[in-house]
Amino acid sequence: MTAAVYLDHNATTPIRPAALDALVQTARAVGNPSSVHGAGRAARGRLETARSQVAALVGRPAAQVVFTSGGTEADALAVRGSNRQRCLVSAIEHDAVLAAADGAQRITVGAEGRVDLADLEQRLAAGDAPALVSVMWVNNETGVIQPIAEVVRLAHAAGALVHVDAVQGAGKLDPSSLAGADLIALSAHKIGGPAGVGALVVRPEVVVRALAVGGGQERGFRSGTENLPGIAGFGAAAEAIGATGGDEMRHARVLRDRLEAEVLALAPEARVFGQAADRVATTTCLGLPGVPAETQVMTLDLAGIAVSAGSACSSGKVKRSHVLAAMLGDDPITGQAIRISLGWTTTAADVDRFVAAWSAMRDRLSPTARSL
Amino acid sequence: MTTTVPDLDLGLPGPRSARRVVVAMSGGVDSSVTAALLKEAGYDVVGITLQLYDHGAAVARKGACCAGSDIHDARTVAERLGIPHYVLDYESRFRESVIDDFADSYLRGETPIPCVRCNQTVKFRDLLTTARDLGAEALATGHYVRRVLGPDGPELHRAVDPGKDQSYFLFATTPEQLAFLRFPLGSMSKEATRDEARRLGLVVQDKPDSQDICFVPNGNYAEVVKKLRPGAADPGDIVHLDGTVLGQHDGVIHYTVGQRRGIGVGGRRGAEGEAATDPLYVVRLDPDARRVIVGPREALAAETVLAGEVNWLGADGGVPESGARAQVKLRSVQAPVTATVYGDAAGGARVVLDQPQYGVSAGQAAVFYGEDGARVLGGGWIRGIEAPAGTVAA
Repeated sequence: MTAAVYLDHNATTPIRPAALDALVQTARAVGNPSSVHGAGRAARGRLETARSQVAALVGRPAAQVVFTSGGTEADALAVRGSNRQRCLVSAIEHDAVLAAADGAQRITVGAEGRVDLADLEQRLAAGDAPALVSVMWVNNETGVIQPIAEVVRLAHAAGALVHVDAVQGAGKLDPSSLAGADLIALSAHKIGGPAGVGALVVRPEVVVRALAVGGGQERGFRSGTENLPGIAGFGAAAEAIGATGGDEMRHARVLRDRLEAEVLALAPEARVFGQAADRVATTTCLGLPGVPAETQVMTLDLAGIAVSAGSACSSGKVKRSHVLAAMLGDDPITGQAIRISLGWTTTAADVDRFVAAWSAMRDRLSPTARSL
Repeated sequence: MTTTVPDLDLGLPGPRSARRVVVAMSGGVDSSVTAALLKEAGYDVVGITLQLYDHGAAVARKGACCAGSDIHDARTVAERLGIPHYVLDYESRFRESVIDDFADSYLRGETPIPCVRCNQTVKFRDLLTTARDLGAEALATGHYVRRVLGPDGPELHRAVDPGKDQSYFLFATTPEQLAFLRFPLGSMSKEATRDEARRLGLVVQDKPDSQDICFVPNGNYAEVVKKLRPGAADPGDIVHLDGTVLGQHDGVIHYTVGQRRGIGVGGRRGAEGEAATDPLYVVRLDPDARRVIVGPREALAAETVLAGEVNWLGADGGVPESGARAQVKLRSVQAPVTATVYGDAAGGARVVLDQPQYGVSAGQAAVFYGEDGARVLGGGWIRGIEAPAGTVAA
């Protein structure tokens, strides 16, 4: 088998050379950023450089960045740490938010995967207790961009805080739409940094209670000696993206649009979810009626193509997509869709090989193709 | 160390490396060795583990993963073997096809065997379909049973190791399923399997065999049924066959036909208050009237067993209406007994036993073997019995 085609960049994307270099160099150096001596000061310098690099990714001052162990911890810190009595979360949030916001109200989404602003407005008006609204920037399964600026306007008018899980949008979109957000969660390994590091951006006037207490690192928001190699890699990845000036996304959009056009031309029964909505350039959620999502993922994997379906479970099984269920109800197609996500290493040849493998699979398994 | 490595040729034409075989991997020793030996034999092996129920909920441990350690073990073995491995979420299928049936059967006063239903539905129907969809040419499992090529195609035979034989649980395998299935361990002893596991360095080599029904990890069936069907444990009367009420019970689901101990009413006392004279057995369960009917051992005698949903794997395309001589097993642990099996037009069978049998329970299977006891001719679900003195429902 030739080298696998990796089209699961929304799960994790290859580490960028600059990030790997920064990671290795920092790991080789000794120094705790909290120490008084020279080695400590040097470590502190590397930490603050990375903080500035990551802050630039979302257009915020460095002082607002709190490093965490990843996107999940950042979401948990935002949702649990802000300690609001009422929580309104979109029905398509990542499990990191849904699980942290246990018992939250779910804001509905439309069939194209965009959060329903009228529903949010009604829910905000229906209660007096101080609320937290959590809406992701970009959905991880469909790539649909959420109307964050409008969410912020409605929420702030009702006195609510806004948390944005920006894990899938960071590095792909202009951050100006996040300007009003009170809290923003980021993850390094989704942008070409190392796994195990993330950040929560916290506006100065927002009160967040720490989940981990101890030495008071990260201005008390998150105690524990900083994962400096990871953080340095995160910063370097953020800077590397900034240096590309949007070329990666322009390139990805051409490839992604071609992939969708070719697949839909081959198989009229196939469906691209959220196609009519604004989406990031890297993601396609593709339904093949009558073929279970797990069968598609396994078939493509056995053909050397890495894609995914639903959200990953630690057991490795394919869970039914709560995102598509929120968009389309109990339509069987919600269990028959896969996610193809492109990234900074994706080539035209990858797309060609995907289309060939997908087409062979479709001819063999699709009830529509079989009945022709 | 002596091992008997079976001939692992699966009878598929062409080079083995181009023959894809799906192995149903439970995470136990048997299916792990099955996968390892097929990989060693050169096949394109794909491992699949079914997540059948929420393990965390079954062991009632909050926050425990739905997958449990068996799935983890299967992944570890597959990783070690270097084969692709997938976990499929079959929770809802398993609930519909196996757990609901288990609970309903208990509520009817039967003694169900969910493992047969599971083989019949989620494994040999649903997983088999998925294996075909993946381009596999066979589905292999770690069951101890043999698939033997006969003059008319594949036949199902008892395993070589009588202590491990699982043919009773596989009677419902259809000829079409059998054509696609392979059971490489059927000609191995359990010891040989463990030796292979050690030789291959599999982490599961010392795992104990599973004893219980998988979704009832502590063996307490009544608790599970009560949870699934609230109200199933309503109390009622324990009644002697002669109509005398002997006491109270806390739900018919706690009783099994043929059960002697634990009825809570011992034998009846003689008229003068002497020691018990006649030991009592559960003869029948009447869930509608919430009655447990007890009686002497003779009342358990069955001369004829009525079986439904019969699967036939013998020749002639069905159970002969003129009767076929067979050895019959009426419980998994029972030694086979001789009988004549007659087919009926409704897809059922009358099993006329040479000698009456005691404690035959509805919900169990009547499995038919050839006269030499080796080949599985088929089987059906026990629906009722005819006693020597007349007909009573089992």
